[in-house]
Amino acid sequence: MAEQVYYEDVNVGDEIPKLVKNCTTQQLVMWATGSGDMYPIHYDKDFAASSGLPGIIVHGALKNAFLGQMLHDWVGEKGQIKTYGCQYRGMDVPNEDIICRAVVTNKAQDGGLNLVELDIWTEKACGEKTSPGKATVVLPSR
Amino acid sequence: MTEESLITNEMRAAIGKEGEPQTIEVDKTAIRWFARAVGHTDLVFYDEAYAKSKGHRSIICPPGFLGHAVHTPLNPSDIIGNSVRRPPALPGLEIRRIVNGGTEFEYYGEDICAGDVLKSVTKVADLRERTGTLGKMLFLSTETHFYNPQGKLVATERDTGIIY
Repeated sequence: MAEQVYYEDVNVGDEIPKLVKNCTTQQLVMWATGSGDMYPIHYDKDFAASSGLPGIIVHGALKNAFLGQMLHDWVGEKGQIKTYGCQYRGMDVPNEDIICRAVVTNKAQDGGLNLVELDIWTEKACGEKTSPGKATVVLPSR
Repeated sequence: MTEESLITNEMRAAIGKEGEPQTIEVDKTAIRWFARAVGHTDLVFYDEAYAKSKGHRSIICPPGFLGHAVHTPLNPSDIIGNSVRRPPALPGLEIRRIVNGGTEFEYYGEDICAGDVLKSVTKVADLRERTGTLGKMLFLSTETHFYNPQGKLVATERDTGIIY
């Protein structure tokens, strides 16, 4: 795990360490059973094609969970995720990079909590943002 | 030009209504499986002794995981095979094909750990329609609240399903 990040060390405009993922179809099946989302567009290419899709697509909620992993690893054991979420604007497919990124957009102390707001998103290797969203995390103070 | 709406009056009347509460079990093996499927490396999701050494009651839920509804053949799953979120019935809604439009989680500073049994309540937050890349699409937004046995709100999940 990375070193603990503190509120004082974070500035608006900072980018946090990115997380690069690349899903095999096996990972999608693991996710399907782990999350309870057994909808066949994520493992049955004939079903996906008959649904008007280009082929098997990565679960949106898995991309959301990847963003959650990036945030969890960044806030460290003394930090907390308060809210995070994203929209699924573009489809991702197996065996292509899904790059999770985040930039700090605001800092505020509220109710004794050190809150940091971020724009979060996944993007493809070509730079297309497929899952834009926002997060608010709580960081410890030095 | 007027087009026939996908949203019936009965469906519109369901906005703001809650479905049946669901019992949600947060299971140790389920947490590990979810964490593995994502690729988490923090032992706090896998190793109970490690999690306890960090001040948790047991291994904790990774972001985006809030357990599984207790399944019985009398509690059928929805089209995606899930029964965690149970919105109220939407008369006239035929879900033939669906994709996920977005997900948001809100936490309230409480650990959610293996062994916890939660109650979830899902309400219909909004219904909208739009024509886009997949043709005529219905956006079904739900809000699910998760409560611990003491009745305290521990998480909220907001989802949008795109039905086409």
